[in-house]
Amino acid sequence: MNAFKRFFKDIAQYPSAIVGMVIILLLILFAVYAVVSIPYNEAIRLWRGGENVWGDYPRNAAPAWTNLFARVKQPETVILNTDDETVKKEIQQVGNNTEVIIHFTLDYQYDAYPQEMIIFFESKYAQKQPHVSMRWITPDGRELRMTQMSLRRSDQYRFDLDDRLRRRLPENMTVIQGLFSQPDVVPPTTLKGTYEVRISALLFEPDSEVDARLVIYGQVHGLAGTDHVRRDLMVAMLWGAPIALAFGLLAAFGTNVLSMIIAAVGAWFGGVVDDIIQRITEVNLVLPLLPILIMIGTLYSRTIWIILGAVIALSIFSSSVKTYRAIFIQIKEAPYIEAARSYGASSVRIIFSYLIPRIIPVLIPGLVIGVPTYVFLEASLAVLGLGDPVLPTWGKLINDAQSQGALFNGHYYWVLQPAVLLMVTGLGFSMVGFALDRIFNPRLRGV
Amino acid sequence: MHDQKTLLRIEDLKLYFRATRGVVQAVDGVNLTLNPNEAMVIIGESGCGKSSMAKALLRLLPRNVQTYSGKVFLNGSELMGMTDEEYRQQIRWLKISMVPQAAMNSLNPVLRVGDQVAEPMIVHHGARKEEALLQASNMFQRVGVPVDFLSRYAFELSGGMRQRAAIAMALVTAPDLVILDEPTSALDVLTQANIMNLLKRIKKEIATSFILITHDIATSSELADRVGVMYAGQMVELSDAHRFFTAPLHPYSQKLMASVPKLRSTSEPEYITGQPPSLINPPTGCRFAARCHVRFAKCDQEPPMVQHPDGRQVKCWLYHSNGKE
Repeated sequence: MNAFKRFFKDIAQYPSAIVGMVIILLLILFAVYAVVSIPYNEAIRLWRGGENVWGDYPRNAAPAWTNLFARVKQPETVILNTDDETVKKEIQQVGNNTEVIIHFTLDYQYDAYPQEMIIFFESKYAQKQPHVSMRWITPDGRELRMTQMSLRRSDQYRFDLDDRLRRRLPENMTVIQGLFSQPDVVPPTTLKGTYEVRISALLFEPDSEVDARLVIYGQVHGLAGTDHVRRDLMVAMLWGAPIALAFGLLAAFGTNVLSMIIAAVGAWFGGVVDDIIQRITEVNLVLPLLPILIMIGTLYSRTIWIILGAVIALSIFSSSVKTYRAIFIQIKEAPYIEAARSYGASSVRIIFSYLIPRIIPVLIPGLVIGVPTYVFLEASLAVLGLGDPVLPTWGKLINDAQSQGALFNGHYYWVLQPAVLLMVTGLGFSMVGFALDRIFNPRLRGV
Repeated sequence: MHDQKTLLRIEDLKLYFRATRGVVQAVDGVNLTLNPNEAMVIIGESGCGKSSMAKALLRLLPRNVQTYSGKVFLNGSELMGMTDEEYRQQIRWLKISMVPQAAMNSLNPVLRVGDQVAEPMIVHHGARKEEALLQASNMFQRVGVPVDFLSRYAFELSGGMRQRAAIAMALVTAPDLVILDEPTSALDVLTQANIMNLLKRIKKEIATSFILITHDIATSSELADRVGVMYAGQMVELSDAHRFFTAPLHPYSQKLMASVPKLRSTSEPEYITGQPPSLINPPTGCRFAARCHVRFAKCDQEPPMVQHPDGRQVKCWLYHSNGKE
């Protein structure tokens, strides 16, 4: 307990360490939240499910919070459904037939136009298809006739594909602009107020039913926006955290601890064992890590665990073996090691309870500083298109953004958000790592 | 076959090291016997093979060993035939323990002293940690370290305390033989006296044998039952303590005794001219001959270990029946 208190007192002297620890803590909370709020299977479904998962999201929408800084407020997506209470549904008998009138009302207070509008119909009938006709009523009372159509069981009406409606609207405007603009104002400006879409459906059979759903796609979406296939980027932003942290921590821990053990074994037994370890290390040092990983990814498997295993396997015999060995060789000659030998401690015991504890002060900062290296490595592989094919990760977001020309098209959020998270992760671990280095190795303090 | 009373018998123990300039004959044919509950002091100059002999006994050999031979009997059983692993498990610390040279630095800096002292119990008896710690605290009381020091680290202890802790660690498994390699060097005189008194008390209380390696002749005289003098890797005199300290036989021993400073005495401490011979190419004949004040022609031949009538042994032609002729 006291040791902990002392440790925190030490670390409190380094504001950067506190900031770093706060960052790491937040990242961990973020990762835990991701895993708890979106379980793995759900995350995979949200990321790879298909149109019916993300069909209601706008395409390439910026995050909603960009409105806070924008002069022109962008609309958010509004979904109106016949099951909602705000939607009025009248049913009247017309001769043998039933007429259903659905009033979708929409309070529109934005300066910009929606991205797209679609009405999705679901209908039930045996022989004769229901017939719908739709009207657009603006806040200033103008009424616009839209198309009339016979409904299949599952049908949709896309406003911007309605050519006849287009022709009824002012020149040089898209359908959406035409519907939401004030008449005769140049440049086009939105008319704020309550709009109504009135759908009247004629049902020719007693058991017939019609349900409609109006989706007014906004220009902004959620906390992180969406990509070119309408996927919510937040899924990948959230799930990128646990994946990056797990990969970084496991790789850093695995490589550092294993290299340390190998170095200790080599230094303690010396002779042939040490020679073999040193030669393997020297050969391994000249093997390029990234190309080998690219080869594994291209030819064998891109599963993150395979890549993790390959990273650890290739990084065990790294330069840290040399560093640790140099320290071990020095410690090994200490009188207390000879004393331990003299009272019959076995080699295993000497390595694990005499040699290795002495190197912890060097190991821990190295381990913490090593985490971002592996986080970045995983992201780099993803950016190169060698990310895990299933998992949503930060690196994959950047890869998607790059392949869709996000920066060229002005979708900065798509690249910047995962990049900022990656940088913050690196920053947090580095700040803590460097402070730990100074605490554990006081001789560095003057440097 | 063996004298039941003998605890340790060393016959022709040799330990040679490989060095760049040749083979260092650090221990060259040492013979020695030790009885139970007996303290033998091994004295000699620096570099005469005292510590190497201790290491040879405990088989703590460096990598560059060239020759390691001879016979060591402990309680009648031969030790040199054992494999390293057998030796480690059966002998080290169970039968023979050691307070290493610079014992102050021989404590693991990352273990609490109590855990450290308990280590041999855990290593050898597979004791549970609590039992071992209990044993350690008993041993701490015996050597006069406050029990609450158990949970401290080595750097929090004074030199004398660390020395006591090291001694406690050597005694914790109740071995037959404890080798103390310069246990009082680097301590102040009062602490030296303290440690010596402690060793005397322990010897009385727990009937252990000691081999005390030192060049501090004055302090070691407190504890010694017998004295062995080593010179250039060889044992040149083996004697009981009383007769040795009053009248040593070997010329080297005489010079050594004369070099001990005496308080408020008019006589200046003497020293021996020259240096001990190189152990890489030791001279043929008597190794002390070059520095000897009573050398004569015969000294060109290697002297045998002469059995003196009163039971002492000395490796010098002076005492040989046909030595001076």
